[in-house]
Amino acid sequence: MPGPGDGADLPLDEATRRRVLRDSAGVGIATGAYGLSFGALGTAAHLSVAQTCALSLVAFTGASQFAFVGSAANPVAATLSALLLGLRNGFYSLRTRPILHPRGLRRGLAAHWTIDETTAMATGQDGAAAARLAFWATGASVYVLWNLATLAGAVGAARLGSPQHLGLDAAEPAAFLALLAPRLSDGRTRVVAAVASVVALAATPVTPTGVPVLLAALVAVVAGVTGVGL
Amino acid sequence: MTWTAVIAASLGCLGLKGVGYLLPTRSLAHPVVARVADLLPVALLAALAAQQTFTVGQSLVIDARVPAMAVATLAVWRRAPFLVVVVLAAATAALWRLALA
Repeated sequence: MPGPGDGADLPLDEATRRRVLRDSAGVGIATGAYGLSFGALGTAAHLSVAQTCALSLVAFTGASQFAFVGSAANPVAATLSALLLGLRNGFYSLRTRPILHPRGLRRGLAAHWTIDETTAMATGQDGAAAARLAFWATGASVYVLWNLATLAGAVGAARLGSPQHLGLDAAEPAAFLALLAPRLSDGRTRVVAAVASVVALAATPVTPTGVPVLLAALVAVVAGVTGVGL
Repeated sequence: MTWTAVIAASLGCLGLKGVGYLLPTRSLAHPVVARVADLLPVALLAALAAQQTFTVGQSLVIDARVPAMAVATLAVWRRAPFLVVVVLAAATAALWRLALA
């Protein structure tokens, strides 16, 4: 099955270029809104402003960061759940590398910016040029806005009020849904998406943080290896 | 919270992202690897969306995020731009909580 971004290197027309840049900015702004609540939760969990910002600058992977501050009372559990959730970025890098073919320093940056949003945007395009532009533009807008929002949230936590009152906790699942929707075009991906979400929800009450998402990844591995539904 | 945990989690998460860039290129060309890599974002995005809608910590809950996701689903189905989907979801959750407060 040829994936998006593997096709012929079509030259990028102006309309596609504009659409990709507009969507990349949109993803950055949405993630920034969520970053505000991460910053606020970080200082509420007794991390310093510098520690909260260090997580966003270096780890730069939202779900892991939320898991970390969520169990900050136990530093070992916090670190382990962050790493468990961060594992999926390793899987994503299997997908982004053949699209980007980065060399030298760009290779490090490509790895650092390999997250849910950039992988979803890159693999959602037709043509390799659009896929590369989507990765780099989304990476840049999310990195800048996520970090600025983390700082603003950490410093202004007291004035921001509860992230729930602003509905910020609904922003991220909605963003994931919008990123997921374009790839539900065939029956096979729809089945994988449905089974993965049921597995994650069923496992949540009975497994430690991070494990439900890994079990969902296992659904993709089993479907891919066995070729079910091909 | 100690800096040790912050640094370990940060560098660990960063290192995990490098996995696919350190493996030999040949291993990526295998059709099974390509198929799994294609399906992984689908499974993970679906699982994360479901989890962030229906769970708090380790409990399953139904709250303002559910109507927010219903509105987001409708917006996605009507092919609304990305940012519109997200803003509608946040606004729905905020208004829902305001109405019930």
